[in-house]
Amino acid sequence: MTRRAVARTLVYLSLVLASVVVLLPLGVVLLTSLKTENETANGGGALTPPRDPLNFDNYVTAFQDGGMLTAFGNTAFILLVSVGGTVLIGSMTAYAIDRFTFRFRKPVVALFLVAALVPGVTTQVATFQIVHSFGLFDTRWAPIALYMGTDIVSIYVFLQFVRSIPISLDEAARLDGANAFTIYRKIIFPLLKPAIATVVIVKGIAVYNDFYIPFLYMPSQDLGVISTSLFRFKGPYAAHWETISAGAVLVILPTLIVFLALQRYIYNGFMRGATR
Amino acid sequence: MTHTTGKVPAGTAASAGTAPLPAPRRTRTWRVLTPWLFLLAPLALLITFTYAPIANMVAYSFTDWDGVSPELHYTGVENYTEIFTREDLFQVFFVSGYYLIASVVQIAAALYFATILSFQVRFRNFFKGVLFFPSLVNGVAIGFVFLYFFQDGGTFDTVLGLFGHHTDHAWLGTPFSANTSLAGVSIWRYLGMNFVLFLGAIQSIPGELYEASELDGANRWHQFRYIILPGIKPVLTLTVILSISGSLSAFEIPYIMTGGATGTETFVIQTVKLAFQFNKTGLASAAAVVLLLIILLVTWVQRRLVPDDRVDLV
Repeated sequence: MTRRAVARTLVYLSLVLASVVVLLPLGVVLLTSLKTENETANGGGALTPPRDPLNFDNYVTAFQDGGMLTAFGNTAFILLVSVGGTVLIGSMTAYAIDRFTFRFRKPVVALFLVAALVPGVTTQVATFQIVHSFGLFDTRWAPIALYMGTDIVSIYVFLQFVRSIPISLDEAARLDGANAFTIYRKIIFPLLKPAIATVVIVKGIAVYNDFYIPFLYMPSQDLGVISTSLFRFKGPYAAHWETISAGAVLVILPTLIVFLALQRYIYNGFMRGATR
Repeated sequence: MTHTTGKVPAGTAASAGTAPLPAPRRTRTWRVLTPWLFLLAPLALLITFTYAPIANMVAYSFTDWDGVSPELHYTGVENYTEIFTREDLFQVFFVSGYYLIASVVQIAAALYFATILSFQVRFRNFFKGVLFFPSLVNGVAIGFVFLYFFQDGGTFDTVLGLFGHHTDHAWLGTPFSANTSLAGVSIWRYLGMNFVLFLGAIQSIPGELYEASELDGANRWHQFRYIILPGIKPVLTLTVILSISGSLSAFEIPYIMTGGATGTETFVIQTVKLAFQFNKTGLASAAAVVLLLIILLVTWVQRRLVPDDRVDLV
């Protein structure tokens, strides 16, 4: 009996400890973001609460001087276009591969399969030259094209779902005179909703958080997305931890809200996305 | 010509000899074309942004190209010899070691938390959410959060001070300490993803198995050893392999936090610097080819170890 109680206590202790390890660094940054420059410079350590907990000056600085407003705009634009494009491309590919028999079908499938094994970080050296030759370098279309063109995981997710849609539905529609495009648009696409939700969540979070691609392809100041704009805080605000913290909190906050609102879908989405 | 379309029953076709011939023919052309119309955009993007770069990269890797000038010379395998013989270039593989060790800790911890949270625990959803949340957070924000954490007089020093341990150790100041700290951050960041995948796999194990084992007198450890562990083996192997390639291609956290200074340069940081700062496109391509080959090798080993029945696309 007591041994069991000890074990239970240890389990809870480990969980509480892990929670502290996760939350403490984030909490401290939240505290710091509400402090004045004076407080961070000569303040009494990282854990002291800010004198005025409603001091939002640093957020104003981050928004105005740090260009976070433009950054959110750019991120939103890239996010919408590339996630929309990924959904279209992924579902079309899955439909074509699953519902048609055609010459070279196997090699085509193999092309997509093998591409899934190639991690994007390794090929950027040469991708850069290609993006450059299309004149896309330093435009918002570079990340959009790359996000849309290299996402194999969503094709997998769509393929699984297309397979689960009975072919008899297609056949019934065909008897009613529907062609392949109508079937895709009116039957397959609407039935793919769970897959679309998965892809939108997984892809949306990946695009929102991506640093590498915007960093390589959009060096211009006014083309900053949230990752790159926040990264640029490092120079001018090097010692101003209160401003950097405010920027970090601004970036994390939307993620937290989305997570709290869509928890269940997010867990399911990642499980589906990862195990393909 | 009428017998070309399989759909038209032979009898009808023979009797209706005067039936309009162009119609089936047109449908046939459409039937052949339709899948390609759907695949046009996806294939174009796939070839442009995945296969063309790989082909170019392999080609560049045998040259001394600087990425801009129209002139380039074929240099054979010189770039590859340079990567494996120049000590400062080879150094990055040792840095991967820190991240590899970190992945072992990370997987063990994720497995532990997934197991205990698969049983009845108070505030289960809260703990699950807290453990998972870091994997959704922006990498640059994480980098800054932990720069402040490890800063002189920052969060870490303050917490140590609470326990009476006062130190002025610069956590990111020496290669060993800096790499350990960065690897720690990467555990903080990626633990949640592993944890949720394990938890999902554990929860898909039918509950009757636990009940039956309890009747047979099994304790928690037996249940873990003989029910949970075999049940999540595929996900576990996948995670191990992903961690290996993740350790080799670590980039964001070290680049954001230290920029590769004090011996924290990873393979990808080095490649990016070679290509975009020092204009050594040839050498950088060779490095990228090496990394790609290692990752493909690791993946191949995984596919051999765990035959993946889900990859049955064809």
